[in-house]
Amino acid sequence: MYALEFKDVSFSYGEGGFRIPKLNFTVKEGEFVAILGHNGSGKSTLARLANGILAPDRGTVSVFGAPVDEKHLYEVRRQVGVVFQNPDNQTVASIVEDDVAFGAENVGTPREEIGRRIDFALSAVGMQAHRLSAVSRLSGGQKQRVAIAGVLALKPRIMILDESTAMLDPRGRREIMEVAKRLNQEEGMTIVVITHFPEEALLADRALVMNRGELVMQGAPKEIFTRHEELITYNLELPRIGRIEKSLHEGGMPVKSTLNIEELVNEIAGELTCGS
Amino acid sequence: MKEVAFGQYYPVDSFIHRLDPRLKLVFLIAFITAIFIASNFWGLGACVLVLAAIIVFSRVPLGKVLRSVRAIAFLVLFTAVINLLFYAGETVYFQWGILVVTKEGILFSVFLVIRLLLLVICSSMLTYTTTPVALTDGIESLLTPLKWIRFPVHALALIMSIALRMIPTLMEEAERIQNAQKARGADFESGNIFRRIKAIVPILIPLLLSAFRRADELGDAMEARCYMGGKMRTKYKKLKFSWRDGLSLFVCVLLITAVVLLRIYLGDVI
Repeated sequence: MYALEFKDVSFSYGEGGFRIPKLNFTVKEGEFVAILGHNGSGKSTLARLANGILAPDRGTVSVFGAPVDEKHLYEVRRQVGVVFQNPDNQTVASIVEDDVAFGAENVGTPREEIGRRIDFALSAVGMQAHRLSAVSRLSGGQKQRVAIAGVLALKPRIMILDESTAMLDPRGRREIMEVAKRLNQEEGMTIVVITHFPEEALLADRALVMNRGELVMQGAPKEIFTRHEELITYNLELPRIGRIEKSLHEGGMPVKSTLNIEELVNEIAGELTCGS
Repeated sequence: MKEVAFGQYYPVDSFIHRLDPRLKLVFLIAFITAIFIASNFWGLGACVLVLAAIIVFSRVPLGKVLRSVRAIAFLVLFTAVINLLFYAGETVYFQWGILVVTKEGILFSVFLVIRLLLLVICSSMLTYTTTPVALTDGIESLLTPLKWIRFPVHALALIMSIALRMIPTLMEEAERIQNAQKARGADFESGNIFRRIKAIVPILIPLLLSAFRRADELGDAMEARCYMGGKMRTKYKKLKFSWRDGLSLFVCVLLITAVVLLRIYLGDVI
Protein backbone atom coordinates (compact mmCIF):
# COMPACT_ATOMS: atom_id res chain seq x y z
CA MET A 1 0.00 0.00 0.00
CA TYR A 2 1.33 3.41 -0.96
CA ALA A 3 1.19 6.47 1.24
CA LEU A 4 0.01 8.46 -1.73
CA GLU A 5 -1.06 7.18 -5.11
CA PHE A 6 -2.18 9.04 -8.23
CA LYS A 7 -3.75 6.67 -10.69
CA ASP A 8 -4.67 7.90 -14.19
CA VAL A 9 -5.60 11.26 -12.70
CA SER A 10 -6.83 13.91 -15.05
CA PHE A 11 -7.99 17.33 -14.04
CA SER A 12 -8.78 20.66 -15.62
CA TYR A 13 -9.74 24.10 -14.41
CA GLY A 14 -12.55 24.31 -16.96
CA GLU A 15 -12.48 24.83 -20.70
CA GLY A 16 -9.27 26.35 -21.99
CA GLY A 17 -7.79 26.50 -18.47
CA PHE A 18 -4.84 24.63 -17.13
CA ARG A 19 -5.14 20.87 -17.35
CA ILE A 20 -3.44 17.71 -16.20
CA PRO A 21 -4.00 15.16 -18.98
CA LYS A 22 -3.06 11.98 -17.16
CA LEU A 23 -0.91 11.53 -14.12
CA ASN A 24 0.48 8.43 -12.48
CA PHE A 25 2.82 8.33 -9.54
CA THR A 26 3.22 6.89 -6.08
CA VAL A 27 4.90 7.85 -2.84
CA LYS A 28 5.93 5.19 -0.35
CA GLU A 29 5.46 5.55 3.37
CA GLY A 30 8.42 7.27 5.01
CA GLU A 31 9.74 8.62 1.73
CA PHE A 32 10.95 12.18 1.16
CA VAL A 33 9.87 13.21 -2.32
CA ALA A 34 10.40 16.50 -4.10
CA ILE A 35 8.14 17.64 -6.90
CA LEU A 36 9.96 20.16 -9.04
CA GLY A 37 8.35 22.36 -11.59
CA HIS A 38 8.30 25.82 -13.06
CA ASN A 39 5.32 28.18 -12.58
CA GLY A 40 2.24 26.72 -14.18
CA SER A 41 3.59 23.20 -14.29
CA GLY A 42 0.66 21.96 -12.21
CA LYS A 43 2.67 21.06 -9.18
CA SER A 44 0.49 22.99 -6.75
CA THR A 45 -2.64 21.44 -8.18
CA LEU A 46 -1.21 18.12 -6.97
CA ALA A 47 -1.31 19.23 -3.33
CA ARG A 48 -4.92 20.30 -3.65
CA LEU A 49 -5.85 17.00 -5.30
CA ALA A 50 -4.02 14.99 -2.66
CA ASN A 51 -6.06 16.47 0.15
CA GLY A 52 -9.43 16.73 -1.50
CA ILE A 53 -9.61 20.51 -1.90
CA LEU A 54 -9.90 19.73 -5.61
CA ALA A 55 -11.42 16.57 -7.06
CA PRO A 56 -10.00 14.89 -10.17
CA ASP A 57 -12.16 14.70 -13.32
CA ARG A 58 -11.10 11.14 -13.92
CA GLY A 59 -8.89 8.63 -12.16
CA THR A 60 -8.30 8.21 -8.43
CA VAL A 61 -6.08 9.73 -5.83
CA SER A 62 -5.65 7.53 -2.78
CA VAL A 63 -4.04 8.01 0.58
CA PHE A 64 -3.00 4.85 2.43
CA GLY A 65 -5.42 2.92 0.28
CA ALA A 66 -8.42 5.17 0.93
CA PRO A 67 -9.68 7.03 -2.14
CA VAL A 68 -9.89 10.80 -1.77
CA ASP A 69 -13.63 11.33 -2.22
CA GLU A 70 -16.63 12.80 -0.34
CA LYS A 71 -16.89 9.76 1.86
CA HIS A 72 -13.27 9.58 2.95
CA LEU A 73 -12.53 13.30 2.89
CA TYR A 74 -12.33 13.74 6.64
CA GLU A 75 -10.17 10.66 7.13
CA VAL A 76 -7.86 11.75 4.30
CA ARG A 77 -7.42 15.24 5.67
CA ARG A 78 -6.40 13.87 9.04
CA GLN A 79 -3.69 11.86 7.30
CA VAL A 80 -2.46 14.46 4.83
CA GLY A 81 -1.35 17.81 6.18
CA VAL A 82 -0.71 20.62 3.73
CA VAL A 83 1.41 23.68 4.41
CA PHE A 84 0.69 26.39 1.85
CA GLN A 85 2.73 29.13 0.30
CA ASN A 86 1.80 32.35 2.05
CA PRO A 87 2.53 32.28 5.78
CA ASP A 88 0.11 35.16 6.34
CA ASN A 89 -2.83 33.37 4.81
CA GLN A 90 -2.95 30.21 6.86
CA THR A 91 -2.96 31.29 10.47
CA VAL A 92 -6.39 31.64 11.97
CA ALA A 93 -5.63 32.91 15.48
CA SER A 94 -3.59 35.85 16.75
CA ILE A 95 -1.62 33.85 19.30
CA VAL A 96 0.73 31.02 18.34
CA GLU A 97 -0.68 28.34 20.65
CA ASP A 98 -4.27 29.14 19.68
CA ASP A 99 -3.41 28.74 16.04
CA VAL A 100 -1.62 25.43 16.56
CA ALA A 101 -4.64 24.23 18.51
CA PHE A 102 -7.06 25.06 15.67
CA GLY A 103 -6.72 21.81 13.70
CA ALA A 104 -6.78 19.63 16.79
CA GLU A 105 -9.89 21.47 18.02
CA ASN A 106 -11.58 20.86 14.68
CA VAL A 107 -11.35 17.10 15.01
CA GLY A 108 -12.68 17.11 18.55
CA THR A 109 -9.49 16.30 20.43
CA PRO A 110 -9.91 16.40 24.23
CA ARG A 111 -8.46 19.46 25.93
CA GLU A 112 -5.54 17.86 27.76
CA GLU A 113 -4.52 16.05 24.59
CA ILE A 114 -4.55 19.34 22.64
CA GLY A 115 -2.13 20.75 25.21
CA ARG A 116 0.22 17.81 24.71
CA ARG A 117 -0.02 18.11 20.93
CA ILE A 118 0.83 21.81 21.06
CA ASP A 119 3.92 20.92 23.11
CA PHE A 120 4.90 18.24 20.64
CA ALA A 121 4.24 20.30 17.51
CA LEU A 122 5.97 23.45 18.72
CA SER A 123 9.05 21.56 19.87
CA ALA A 124 9.19 19.67 16.58
CA VAL A 125 9.53 23.00 14.76
CA GLY A 126 11.64 24.64 17.48
CA MET A 127 9.10 27.30 18.44
CA GLN A 128 8.34 26.43 22.08
CA ALA A 129 9.70 29.77 23.23
CA HIS A 130 7.10 31.57 21.11
CA ARG A 131 4.09 29.67 22.38
CA LEU A 132 2.36 32.80 23.68
CA SER A 133 3.69 35.24 21.08
CA ALA A 134 1.55 37.18 18.64
CA VAL A 135 1.72 35.59 15.19
CA SER A 136 2.00 39.02 13.56
CA ARG A 137 5.28 39.66 15.36
CA LEU A 138 7.07 36.61 13.95
CA SER A 139 9.35 36.50 10.92
CA GLY A 140 8.20 34.79 7.72
CA GLY A 141 10.17 31.64 8.49
CA GLN A 142 8.80 31.53 12.02
CA LYS A 143 5.23 32.01 10.80
CA GLN A 144 5.71 29.16 8.39
CA ARG A 145 7.07 26.96 11.18
CA VAL A 146 3.94 27.78 13.18
CA ALA A 147 1.89 26.73 10.14
CA ILE A 148 3.79 23.43 10.09
CA ALA A 149 3.13 23.01 13.81
CA GLY A 150 -0.57 23.63 13.16
CA VAL A 151 -0.53 20.76 10.69
CA LEU A 152 1.52 18.52 13.00
CA ALA A 153 -1.01 19.00 15.80
CA LEU A 154 -3.37 16.89 13.68
CA LYS A 155 -0.80 14.06 13.73
CA PRO A 156 -0.82 13.48 9.98
CA ARG A 157 1.18 10.68 8.36
CA ILE A 158 2.00 12.66 5.24
CA MET A 159 2.99 16.28 5.09
CA ILE A 160 2.89 18.19 1.82
CA LEU A 161 4.82 21.45 1.67
CA ASP A 162 3.18 23.28 -1.22
CA GLU A 163 5.78 25.90 -2.17
CA SER A 164 5.99 26.67 1.52
CA THR A 165 9.37 28.32 1.12
CA ALA A 166 8.62 30.43 -1.94
CA MET A 167 7.92 33.62 -0.02
CA LEU A 168 10.72 33.26 2.52
CA ASP A 169 14.24 34.62 2.65
CA PRO A 170 17.14 32.13 2.37
CA ARG A 171 17.33 31.74 6.12
CA GLY A 172 13.61 31.02 6.42
CA ARG A 173 13.87 28.51 3.57
CA ARG A 174 16.69 26.69 5.32
CA GLU A 175 14.72 26.57 8.59
CA ILE A 176 11.72 25.01 6.89
CA MET A 177 13.74 22.43 4.99
CA GLU A 178 15.59 21.45 8.15
CA VAL A 179 12.29 20.89 9.92
CA ALA A 180 11.01 18.78 7.01
CA LYS A 181 14.14 16.67 6.90
CA ARG A 182 14.06 16.12 10.66
CA LEU A 183 10.41 15.10 10.66
CA ASN A 184 11.19 12.62 7.92
CA GLN A 185 14.17 11.11 9.69
CA GLU A 186 13.05 11.22 13.30
CA GLU A 187 9.29 10.79 13.08
CA GLY A 188 9.32 8.70 9.91
CA MET A 189 6.81 11.10 8.40
CA THR A 190 6.23 10.91 4.65
CA ILE A 191 7.19 14.27 3.16
CA VAL A 192 6.29 15.70 -0.22
CA VAL A 193 7.99 18.99 -1.02
CA ILE A 194 6.56 20.91 -3.94
CA THR A 195 9.02 23.55 -5.06
CA HIS A 196 10.79 25.33 -7.86
CA PHE A 197 14.08 25.58 -5.95
CA PRO A 198 16.45 22.83 -7.13
CA GLU A 199 18.38 23.12 -3.84
CA GLU A 200 15.37 21.79 -2.00
CA ALA A 201 14.95 18.85 -4.33
CA LEU A 202 18.53 17.88 -3.55
CA LEU A 203 17.47 16.97 0.02
CA ALA A 204 14.89 14.45 -1.16
CA ASP A 205 15.17 10.70 -1.69
CA ARG A 206 13.46 11.05 -5.01
CA ALA A 207 12.54 13.92 -7.31
CA LEU A 208 9.69 14.20 -9.79
CA VAL A 209 9.74 16.91 -12.44
CA MET A 210 6.47 18.34 -13.69
CA ASN A 211 5.97 20.33 -16.86
CA ARG A 212 2.63 21.54 -18.22
CA GLY A 213 0.63 19.11 -16.15
CA GLU A 214 2.75 16.11 -17.02
CA LEU A 215 5.32 14.13 -15.15
CA VAL A 216 8.43 14.40 -17.32
CA MET A 217 11.33 13.17 -15.21
CA GLN A 218 11.61 10.96 -12.19
CA GLY A 219 14.55 9.62 -10.20
CA ALA A 220 17.18 10.32 -7.61
CA PRO A 221 17.86 14.08 -7.44
CA LYS A 222 21.54 13.61 -8.23
CA GLU A 223 20.66 11.63 -11.33
CA ILE A 224 18.11 14.19 -12.46
CA PHE A 225 20.51 17.07 -12.09
CA THR A 226 22.98 15.43 -14.43
CA ARG A 227 20.43 15.89 -17.23
CA HIS A 228 20.96 19.60 -17.46
CA GLU A 229 19.89 20.15 -21.07
CA GLU A 230 16.57 18.47 -20.39
CA LEU A 231 15.95 20.56 -17.26
CA ILE A 232 16.49 23.75 -19.22
CA THR A 233 13.68 22.86 -21.60
CA TYR A 234 11.40 22.71 -18.53
CA ASN A 235 12.59 26.13 -17.36
CA LEU A 236 14.44 24.64 -14.41
CA GLU A 237 17.87 25.50 -13.11
CA LEU A 238 20.58 23.34 -11.63
CA PRO A 239 21.22 23.81 -7.92
CA ARG A 240 24.03 26.27 -7.29
CA ILE A 241 26.57 23.57 -6.64
CA GLY A 242 25.61 21.96 -9.94
CA ARG A 243 26.17 25.25 -11.73
CA ILE A 244 29.59 25.54 -10.13
CA GLU A 245 30.51 22.04 -11.27
CA LYS A 246 29.29 22.87 -14.74
CA SER A 247 31.35 26.05 -14.98
CA LEU A 248 34.39 24.17 -13.76
CA HIS A 249 33.86 21.64 -16.54
CA GLU A 250 33.47 24.36 -19.11
CA GLY A 251 36.56 26.09 -17.76
CA GLY A 252 38.59 22.95 -18.28
CA MET A 253 38.58 21.34 -14.85
CA PRO A 254 36.85 17.96 -15.25
CA VAL A 255 35.61 17.41 -11.67
CA LYS A 256 33.30 14.50 -10.98
CA SER A 257 29.71 15.63 -10.52
CA THR A 258 28.68 14.82 -6.94
CA LEU A 259 26.43 17.74 -5.97
CA ASN A 260 28.04 17.66 -2.56
CA ILE A 261 30.08 20.60 -1.29
CA GLU A 262 32.69 18.62 0.64
CA GLU A 263 33.27 16.15 -2.16
CA LEU A 264 33.53 18.98 -4.63
CA VAL A 265 36.10 20.74 -2.46
CA ASN A 266 38.13 17.52 -2.32
CA GLU A 267 37.83 17.08 -6.09
CA ILE A 268 39.06 20.61 -6.71
CA ALA A 269 41.93 20.16 -4.23
CA GLY A 270 42.86 16.91 -6.00
CA GLU A 271 42.74 18.56 -9.42
CA LEU A 272 44.88 21.44 -8.25
CA THR A 273 47.58 19.22 -6.76
CA CYS A 274 47.61 16.98 -9.86
CA GLY A 275 47.77 19.98 -12.17
CA SER A 276 50.76 21.57 -10.45
CA MET B 1 3.37 50.53 15.71
CA LYS B 2 1.46 47.51 14.49
CA GLU B 3 0.81 46.41 18.07
CA VAL B 4 -0.89 49.57 19.24
CA ALA B 5 -2.69 50.15 15.98
CA PHE B 6 -5.84 48.56 17.31
CA GLY B 7 -7.11 48.11 20.78
CA GLN B 8 -5.18 49.81 23.50
CA TYR B 9 -4.30 46.97 25.79
CA TYR B 10 -2.01 48.04 28.58
CA PRO B 11 0.11 45.00 29.41
CA VAL B 12 0.59 44.72 33.15
CA ASP B 13 -0.51 42.06 35.59
CA SER B 14 -3.21 43.30 37.95
CA PHE B 15 -6.34 42.27 39.78
CA ILE B 16 -8.45 43.77 36.98
CA HIS B 17 -6.35 42.23 34.21
CA ARG B 18 -6.87 38.80 35.69
CA LEU B 19 -10.63 39.03 35.81
CA ASP B 20 -12.60 36.75 33.54
CA PRO B 21 -13.41 38.65 30.31
CA ARG B 22 -17.04 37.56 30.60
CA LEU B 23 -17.26 39.14 34.02
CA LYS B 24 -15.70 42.34 32.70
CA LEU B 25 -18.19 42.53 29.85
CA VAL B 26 -21.14 41.98 32.18
CA PHE B 27 -19.66 44.47 34.62
CA LEU B 28 -19.33 47.07 31.88
CA ILE B 29 -22.97 46.67 30.84
CA ALA B 30 -24.09 46.86 34.47
CA PHE B 31 -21.90 49.88 35.10
CA ILE B 32 -23.29 51.75 32.09
CA THR B 33 -26.79 50.91 33.27
CA ALA B 34 -25.90 52.24 36.71
CA ILE B 35 -24.65 55.48 35.19
CA PHE B 36 -28.01 55.99 33.53
CA ILE B 37 -30.04 54.95 36.57
CA ALA B 38 -28.18 57.48 38.71
CA SER B 39 -30.32 60.59 38.82
CA ASN B 40 -28.38 62.69 41.31
CA PHE B 41 -24.86 63.46 42.39
CA TRP B 42 -24.93 60.83 45.13
CA GLY B 43 -25.66 58.10 42.62
CA LEU B 44 -22.97 59.34 40.26
CA GLY B 45 -20.64 59.61 43.22
CA ALA B 46 -21.09 55.90 43.89
CA CYS B 47 -20.18 55.20 40.24
CA VAL B 48 -17.14 57.48 40.44
CA LEU B 49 -16.01 55.68 43.59
CA VAL B 50 -16.25 52.26 41.94
CA LEU B 51 -14.51 53.45 38.77
CA ALA B 52 -11.73 55.03 40.81
CA ALA B 53 -11.23 51.73 42.59
CA ILE B 54 -11.06 49.94 39.23
CA ILE B 55 -8.45 52.39 37.95
CA VAL B 56 -6.33 52.00 41.09
CA PHE B 57 -6.51 48.20 41.04
CA SER B 58 -5.84 47.99 37.29
CA ARG B 59 -2.42 49.68 37.66
CA VAL B 60 -3.06 51.59 34.43
CA PRO B 61 -1.44 55.03 34.86
CA LEU B 62 -3.87 57.91 35.30
CA GLY B 63 -2.35 59.79 32.35
CA LYS B 64 -3.20 56.92 30.08
CA VAL B 65 -6.73 56.75 31.43
CA LEU B 66 -7.27 60.46 30.86
CA ARG B 67 -5.94 60.18 27.34
CA SER B 68 -9.03 58.18 26.40
CA VAL B 69 -11.05 61.27 27.30
CA ARG B 70 -9.19 63.46 24.86
CA ALA B 71 -11.00 61.96 21.90
CA ILE B 72 -14.35 63.20 23.17
CA ALA B 73 -13.11 66.40 24.83
CA PHE B 74 -14.87 68.50 22.23
CA LEU B 75 -18.15 66.65 22.66
CA VAL B 76 -17.95 67.09 26.43
CA LEU B 77 -17.21 70.78 26.15
CA PHE B 78 -19.96 71.32 23.60
CA THR B 79 -22.56 69.52 25.71
CA ALA B 80 -21.50 71.44 28.80
CA VAL B 81 -21.65 74.86 27.13
CA ILE B 82 -24.99 74.25 25.41
CA ASN B 83 -26.61 73.07 28.63
CA LEU B 84 -25.03 75.83 30.61
CA LEU B 85 -26.39 78.55 28.32
CA PHE B 86 -29.81 77.20 27.42
CA TYR B 87 -31.01 75.22 30.43
CA ALA B 88 -34.18 76.86 31.70
CA GLY B 89 -33.71 77.14 35.44
CA GLU B 90 -35.13 79.38 38.13
CA THR B 91 -32.15 80.85 39.92
CA VAL B 92 -30.77 83.15 37.25
CA TYR B 93 -27.16 84.26 37.68
CA PHE B 94 -26.64 85.95 34.34
CA GLN B 95 -28.74 86.75 31.29
CA TRP B 96 -27.87 88.09 27.85
CA GLY B 97 -30.53 87.89 25.15
CA ILE B 98 -31.67 84.30 24.97
CA LEU B 99 -28.60 83.08 26.85
CA VAL B 100 -29.18 82.37 30.53
CA VAL B 101 -26.88 80.97 33.11
CA THR B 102 -28.82 79.49 35.98
CA LYS B 103 -27.85 77.55 39.07
CA GLU B 104 -29.80 74.55 37.75
CA GLY B 105 -28.05 74.86 34.38
CA ILE B 106 -24.63 74.74 36.01
CA LEU B 107 -25.54 71.72 38.12
CA PHE B 108 -27.03 69.92 35.15
CA SER B 109 -23.99 70.60 32.97
CA VAL B 110 -21.65 69.28 35.62
CA PHE B 111 -23.87 66.23 36.00
CA LEU B 112 -23.79 65.53 32.25
CA VAL B 113 -20.05 66.01 32.00
CA ILE B 114 -19.43 63.54 34.83
CA ARG B 115 -21.80 61.08 33.19
CA LEU B 116 -20.03 61.34 29.82
CA LEU B 117 -16.57 60.99 31.38
CA LEU B 118 -17.68 57.94 33.35
CA LEU B 119 -19.04 56.33 30.18
CA VAL B 120 -15.85 56.82 28.21
CA ILE B 121 -13.44 55.92 30.97
CA CYS B 122 -15.25 52.74 32.00
CA SER B 123 -15.36 51.49 28.40
CA SER B 124 -11.70 52.19 27.83
CA MET B 125 -10.82 50.46 31.11
CA LEU B 126 -12.19 47.29 29.54
CA THR B 127 -9.94 47.59 26.51
CA TYR B 128 -6.95 48.68 28.59
CA THR B 129 -7.13 45.57 30.73
CA THR B 130 -8.38 42.92 28.30
CA THR B 131 -6.64 41.62 25.17
CA PRO B 132 -8.77 41.51 22.01
CA VAL B 133 -8.39 37.75 21.98
CA ALA B 134 -9.72 37.43 25.52
CA LEU B 135 -12.60 39.75 24.63
CA THR B 136 -13.53 37.56 21.68
CA ASP B 137 -13.48 34.48 23.90
CA GLY B 138 -15.63 36.30 26.42
CA ILE B 139 -18.18 37.39 23.84
CA GLU B 140 -18.37 33.88 22.40
CA SER B 141 -18.92 32.38 25.81
CA LEU B 142 -21.57 34.94 26.78
CA LEU B 143 -23.45 34.38 23.53
CA THR B 144 -23.44 30.59 23.90
CA PRO B 145 -27.07 30.45 25.08
CA LEU B 146 -28.08 31.88 21.69
CA LYS B 147 -27.18 28.52 20.15
CA TRP B 148 -30.62 27.44 21.29
CA ILE B 149 -32.22 29.73 18.75
CA ARG B 150 -29.73 28.50 16.14
CA PHE B 151 -27.66 31.66 16.20
CA PRO B 152 -24.22 30.75 14.73
CA VAL B 153 -22.22 31.71 17.81
CA HIS B 154 -19.18 29.67 16.83
CA ALA B 155 -19.03 31.19 13.33
CA LEU B 156 -19.38 34.70 14.74
CA ALA B 157 -16.55 34.11 17.20
CA LEU B 158 -14.33 32.70 14.48
CA ILE B 159 -15.07 35.68 12.23
CA MET B 160 -14.12 38.05 15.03
CA SER B 161 -10.90 36.24 15.80
CA ILE B 162 -9.87 36.02 12.14
CA ALA B 163 -10.63 39.71 11.75
CA LEU B 164 -8.39 40.48 14.72
CA ARG B 165 -5.70 38.22 13.32
CA MET B 166 -5.85 39.93 9.92
CA ILE B 167 -5.72 43.54 11.09
CA PRO B 168 -1.91 43.73 11.41
CA THR B 169 -1.47 41.84 8.12
CA LEU B 170 -3.76 44.17 6.21
CA MET B 171 -2.25 47.26 7.83
CA GLU B 172 1.16 46.13 6.68
CA GLU B 173 -0.17 45.57 3.21
CA ALA B 174 -1.89 48.96 3.07
CA GLU B 175 1.38 50.57 4.02
CA ARG B 176 3.19 48.64 1.31
CA ILE B 177 0.65 49.62 -1.35
CA GLN B 178 0.77 53.23 -0.21
CA ASN B 179 4.54 53.24 -0.48
CA ALA B 180 4.35 51.69 -3.92
CA GLN B 181 1.92 54.41 -5.02
CA LYS B 182 4.10 57.11 -3.50
CA ALA B 183 7.10 55.72 -5.34
CA ARG B 184 5.17 56.28 -8.53
CA GLY B 185 4.35 59.85 -7.63
CA ALA B 186 0.99 59.57 -5.89
CA ASP B 187 0.33 62.41 -3.48
CA PHE B 188 -1.50 61.59 -0.24
CA GLU B 189 -0.57 64.61 1.84
CA SER B 190 -1.63 67.73 -0.01
CA GLY B 191 -4.89 69.15 -1.27
CA ASN B 192 -8.24 69.56 0.43
CA ILE B 193 -10.10 66.79 2.18
CA PHE B 194 -11.88 65.60 -0.96
CA ARG B 195 -8.66 65.29 -2.87
CA ARG B 196 -7.13 63.32 -0.06
CA ILE B 197 -10.09 60.99 0.19
CA LYS B 198 -9.89 60.47 -3.55
CA ALA B 199 -6.20 59.62 -3.24
CA ILE B 200 -7.08 56.75 -0.92
CA VAL B 201 -9.12 54.93 -3.58
CA PRO B 202 -6.03 53.53 -5.36
CA ILE B 203 -4.99 52.02 -2.02
CA LEU B 204 -8.36 50.61 -1.10
CA ILE B 205 -9.02 48.75 -4.32
CA PRO B 206 -5.83 46.66 -4.38
CA LEU B 207 -6.23 46.09 -0.65
CA LEU B 208 -9.76 44.82 -1.12
CA LEU B 209 -8.75 42.53 -3.97
CA SER B 210 -5.91 41.10 -1.97
CA ALA B 211 -8.19 40.59 1.03
CA PHE B 212 -10.44 38.43 -1.16
CA ARG B 213 -7.47 36.42 -2.38
CA ARG B 214 -6.28 35.97 1.19
CA ALA B 215 -9.74 34.86 2.29
CA ASP B 216 -9.76 32.27 -0.45
CA GLU B 217 -6.39 30.86 0.56
CA LEU B 218 -7.26 30.96 4.23
CA GLY B 219 -10.40 28.97 3.45
CA ASP B 220 -8.33 26.27 1.75
CA ALA B 221 -5.85 26.20 4.62
CA MET B 222 -8.66 25.88 7.15
CA GLU B 223 -10.29 23.07 5.24
CA ALA B 224 -6.94 21.32 4.94
CA ARG B 225 -6.81 21.44 8.73
CA CYS B 226 -10.12 19.58 8.96
CA TYR B 227 -12.32 22.59 9.65
CA MET B 228 -15.98 21.73 9.16
CA GLY B 229 -17.85 24.28 11.18
CA GLY B 230 -18.62 24.11 14.86
CA LYS B 231 -19.78 20.51 14.93
CA MET B 232 -17.90 18.17 17.28
CA ARG B 233 -15.30 20.84 17.82
CA THR B 234 -13.54 21.04 21.18
CA LYS B 235 -11.99 24.13 22.69
CA TYR B 236 -8.49 24.34 24.06
CA LYS B 237 -8.92 27.55 26.03
CA LYS B 238 -11.34 27.45 28.92
CA LEU B 239 -12.40 30.53 30.80
CA LYS B 240 -12.31 30.13 34.58
CA PHE B 241 -14.33 31.98 37.14
CA SER B 242 -12.26 32.74 40.24
CA TRP B 243 -12.76 34.40 43.63
CA ARG B 244 -11.76 37.70 42.00
CA ASP B 245 -14.72 37.43 39.68
CA GLY B 246 -17.04 36.56 42.57
CA LEU B 247 -15.87 39.60 44.49
CA SER B 248 -16.29 41.86 41.46
CA LEU B 249 -19.76 40.54 40.83
CA PHE B 250 -20.63 41.37 44.44
CA VAL B 251 -19.35 44.95 43.96
CA CYS B 252 -21.40 45.17 40.79
CA VAL B 253 -24.63 44.11 42.54
CA LEU B 254 -23.85 46.48 45.40
CA LEU B 255 -23.38 49.39 43.02
CA ILE B 256 -26.63 48.79 41.18
CA THR B 257 -28.54 48.48 44.45
CA ALA B 258 -26.96 51.65 45.82
CA VAL B 259 -27.70 53.64 42.70
CA VAL B 260 -31.32 52.47 42.59
CA LEU B 261 -31.88 53.27 46.28
CA LEU B 262 -30.25 56.70 45.91
CA ARG B 263 -32.50 57.43 42.97
CA ILE B 264 -35.63 56.43 44.89
CA TYR B 265 -34.80 58.26 48.12
CA LEU B 266 -32.97 61.36 46.92
CA GLY B 267 -34.72 62.09 43.63
CA ASP B 268 -33.38 64.06 40.64
CA VAL B 269 -30.39 66.34 40.24
CA ILE B 270 -32.12 69.55 41.07
